[in-house]
Amino acid sequence: MMRLTKYTPVLYIIFLMLPIYWLLNMSFKTTNEILGGFSLYPQEFTLVNYKTILTDPTWYMGYVNSMLYVSFNTVISVAAALPAAYAFSRFRFLGDKHLFFWLLTNRMAPPAVFALPFFQLYSAVELFDTHIAVALAHCLFNIPLAVWILEGFMSGVPKELDETAYVDGYSFPRFFFKIFVPTITAGIGVAAFFCFMFSWVELLLAKTLTSVDAKPIAATMTRTASTSGYELGLLAAAGSLTIVPGAFVIYFVRNYIAKGFALGRV
Amino acid sequence: MAIRTENNKAWLFVIPVVLLVAFNAVVPLMTVVNYSVQETFGDNLFFWHGLGWFEDVLRSERFHASLARQLLFTGIILAIEIPLGVMIALTMPKKGPWVPVCLVLMALPLLIPWNVVGAMWNIFALPEIGFLGYVLNEIGFDYNMTQSPLAAWFTVVLMDVWHWTSLVVLLAYAGLISIPDAYYQAAKIDGAGRFAVFRHIQLPKMKQVLTIAILLRFMDSFMIYTEPFVLTGGGPGNSTTFLSIDLVKIALGQFDLGPAAAMSLIYFLITLGVSWVFYTIMTRHDVR
Repeated sequence: MMRLTKYTPVLYIIFLMLPIYWLLNMSFKTTNEILGGFSLYPQEFTLVNYKTILTDPTWYMGYVNSMLYVSFNTVISVAAALPAAYAFSRFRFLGDKHLFFWLLTNRMAPPAVFALPFFQLYSAVELFDTHIAVALAHCLFNIPLAVWILEGFMSGVPKELDETAYVDGYSFPRFFFKIFVPTITAGIGVAAFFCFMFSWVELLLAKTLTSVDAKPIAATMTRTASTSGYELGLLAAAGSLTIVPGAFVIYFVRNYIAKGFALGRV
Repeated sequence: MAIRTENNKAWLFVIPVVLLVAFNAVVPLMTVVNYSVQETFGDNLFFWHGLGWFEDVLRSERFHASLARQLLFTGIILAIEIPLGVMIALTMPKKGPWVPVCLVLMALPLLIPWNVVGAMWNIFALPEIGFLGYVLNEIGFDYNMTQSPLAAWFTVVLMDVWHWTSLVVLLAYAGLISIPDAYYQAAKIDGAGRFAVFRHIQLPKMKQVLTIAILLRFMDSFMIYTEPFVLTGGGPGNSTTFLSIDLVKIALGQFDLGPAAAMSLIYFLITLGVSWVFYTIMTRHDVR
């Protein structure tokens, strides 16, 4: 019994890695080999799928578009959430509790509910098929989340810090940017990580709000799967490449990851 | 949270957030409300329809069926992911070089775009060339996700467990590592068993993060769309058509704006109601 529990995390990680391994396995095979039958590793190792993606602009521009709107969204969400989270963690004001819950309700709204009105709204303000449209739309769920996380981290900073700074003659903006922001760098990193994550993985709104110029990589994949037959190798290679940015950003927040997922509240 | 000063100027700090979110939330929500009470015969002509659509949706068997499937799905995945996540967190190493490795590997599924998750599992479950499909058929199960509703459900649930259990693990783990060693030493002196330690030390410490975990998993599984849509397309038949999939079919497929809007609002209100209950429990904890 004891020995079994010791290996639980290992078994769990193997379970997590299996489908990812299978995707990688498929991405290094030729179409013939994939359709030829079952094999645990590529018999004729090929990079042709990756070559197609990295040389064809309709493919690689998908990655560029996704990275662009995800970055915009992360910057906008964190920048707007910083002062708001400070207000929620330090002050009581008229309607604060209701406002906080209202913000959270937007994290609870099923994107399917908003897909059609979003299309109409962003067409009306002539932002349809731009990166900024997707970045703004993703603020719907990322801003509440960023406020929630930052508020958790800020509440962990003692109020004496603010008071000491005022006694020392700091003006508010100077205190905020010179002292307060540096003390919660970890929280800002975690909030940015979460905004990146949820904007990167979301597809329904991103797909609804774009057609050509800002089309995300995920939407390019669905189109390819349906129009040009079922090119599994290509699909697998494109999918494998979407894991890379995620793995890259996790590496940066690896030391804060546990606290971050608890929204700074442990 | 407890010692906050009263200051209404704090509203100035909140304005950017309110404006950004309101632009995205209020205008589309009002559009939905607007559609939900009107009838249209095309040409952008709308007629007042009152609460007719709401009555239709609430009486429609199709809605009842999707809602039932949705509740069943959310129930199953919560019943699997929460205990499994806690169990894995309890068995994880507390310190050492393997901790960051474990955490990074476990968080990986959370950062994969949702349609890639669906596509990945689709490939993984193919009966002849996918690992899961091949192995299940080899050991004697007649497994084909596109034909058997049971196989489709099994795959969708397994996919969700694969995708989201790590969130519960990470949350529970964050709660566990915040327990000071002294607590465990005290328990040892008192001669407490493994279960008593769990029940009286670890579980209370994890209570708050677990509420967040249940809240997040409830909300996200209740809105699930992309992964099952890519994996099964809602089939075979309608067997894995959850609420969001059904809603998109009605709204964007058949363009029945009125019923779709009414259904959206009912759907949103259910999510909101349940989330509100969790939120109240959670903030009561915050105040203490």
